[in-house]
Amino acid sequence: MRTRIAYIASNTFREAVRDRVLYNLIAFALLLSGAAILVGQISIEIEKLVVINLGLTAVSLFGVVIAIFIGIGLVSKEIEKRTLYTVLSRPVRRWEFIVGKFFGLAGTLVVNTFFMAVGVFAALFYVSHKFVRADALILVALYFIVLEFLIICSLALLFSSFSSPLLSAVFAFSLFVIGSFAEDLRNFAGMAHGFSRWLATGAAYLVPNFSAFNVIASIAHEQPVAGQLILQNTLYALFYTTMALSAAVLIFERRDLK
Amino acid sequence: MKQRQKTTIVASICLVVSLAASSFVLHRTDQLRPQATLDEVLFLGSPKVIKRASLGYDGLMACIYWTRAVQYFGYRHHNFATSYNLLAPLLEITTHLDPHLVVAYEFGSSFLAPQPPHGAGQPERAIELMQYGIENNPENWRLYYDLGFVYYMELHDYKRAAETFERGSHVPNAHPFLKILAAQMAQHAGEYQTAQMLWSATYQTTQDQQIKQNAVEHLRALRVDEDVQHLQEAVTRFGERTGRLPASMAELVAAEGLAGTPVDPDGHPYKLTPEGRIEVRVPDDFPFATKGLPPGYKPAPKFHALQ
Repeated sequence: MRTRIAYIASNTFREAVRDRVLYNLIAFALLLSGAAILVGQISIEIEKLVVINLGLTAVSLFGVVIAIFIGIGLVSKEIEKRTLYTVLSRPVRRWEFIVGKFFGLAGTLVVNTFFMAVGVFAALFYVSHKFVRADALILVALYFIVLEFLIICSLALLFSSFSSPLLSAVFAFSLFVIGSFAEDLRNFAGMAHGFSRWLATGAAYLVPNFSAFNVIASIAHEQPVAGQLILQNTLYALFYTTMALSAAVLIFERRDLK
Repeated sequence: MKQRQKTTIVASICLVVSLAASSFVLHRTDQLRPQATLDEVLFLGSPKVIKRASLGYDGLMACIYWTRAVQYFGYRHHNFATSYNLLAPLLEITTHLDPHLVVAYEFGSSFLAPQPPHGAGQPERAIELMQYGIENNPENWRLYYDLGFVYYMELHDYKRAAETFERGSHVPNAHPFLKILAAQMAQHAGEYQTAQMLWSATYQTTQDQQIKQNAVEHLRALRVDEDVQHLQEAVTRFGERTGRLPASMAELVAAEGLAGTPVDPDGHPYKLTPEGRIEVRVPDDFPFATKGLPPGYKPAPKFHALQ
């Protein structure tokens, strides 16, 4: 079972690389090096802040876009090309296919994030000429970004398991935006009464909460992140991803592929 | 030549020519409407809306808005603008997006507080900005220093300046001179000595080369102001004694028993005009001086981007 999932994951990774997904690294490198050189000339005293903020924001946004646009095609493309039938005609179960695809996409994003992280640290060294202990906090922000990717990957796969690529993209991106406003949704639930309170509370817990994962601004100011938050974010991402993948598996298991 | 090669050549030529032509047309259009790209427009004025719209990436947005504020101030300052309508909103948005961006408070207050052409002439907005900064960064003693500085330099509110320096001196790791400044405000407020002390403290405590240079310029201007005031008083005394104006600087020096011809910080001797005014030789060298400038003097424009 594990071998089958690993095969599907490695094939998904190879397919993403073949689709030139990692080309985004070139755009990222140009963006970051350009910012590192230019900001010093057009602004005051924020070179390091910009490199951290821009670098991590770019890592996050590039990753979200990749996760959504690759994720939504993972199942539908296989159906369209009819390669899914070949895969499923072998001793591969449908849930293994979904889980394998998820790990393949997650692996692609982790590799992509690793190279971008190298770029962020290189740009940081360029503007600061040295590393300080607080720079290690960037690794925490990167870890949170990867956790965010896991959730988005699972959501994209979930939508891909029952919807068209276009609608899946719309759903996944909408959830990403709503997830960024999750705290507001929770506040709204707190202010509502009766049925709408239950509805809003339910929605607030159902949509992913991305606000706790975004520590970029505080890390740019060298503010430490609590160990408890790291643990809870890890658990939350783990549970939410499992939930979304389970839903994807449930739908895909029942889907008529004829 | 193969068909494919022909197509490649023709397409390449078309690409280069059309790129050059579009750049040329755009350049001409810019000449028709020179202010178009620099219009004073803030499409979104609410810091809260911008914070929401940034989808959590508010750190980067703050950097962008801070850069925009610097560019806005820099451009208008170099053109000797007298109004800076967007400066305060831009700084407000920046600091709401990232309340810990200390540089926006420090520089922002020095952009907002001074009177034009050195600043926006909005000391009240500078004070609001600094108070918001202190609220969000109460452990940063420099913000108290900067706020006290605005009270003293721009509003001449010595009591509030003293209170602010005093409050700042209680912040852990605050520089000891805050206590001295608080005492100085209470005793000698309004004297050149105090102003010199403030600018010297600014020079010594900042790492930023632009702030250091600014402090140096102010110290030079303060010395000119003080020299001119003393020499002007000497001219008045001479007039009271003799019933006429001194014929030359040498006569004034001899009458006052000065060690030599007084010179400005650049070593140029001060000038005594036939009307009995003391003036500096090169006023443009002392942009912050308030005394010793020829009547009707206007600083030379530094930048003529639009001409």
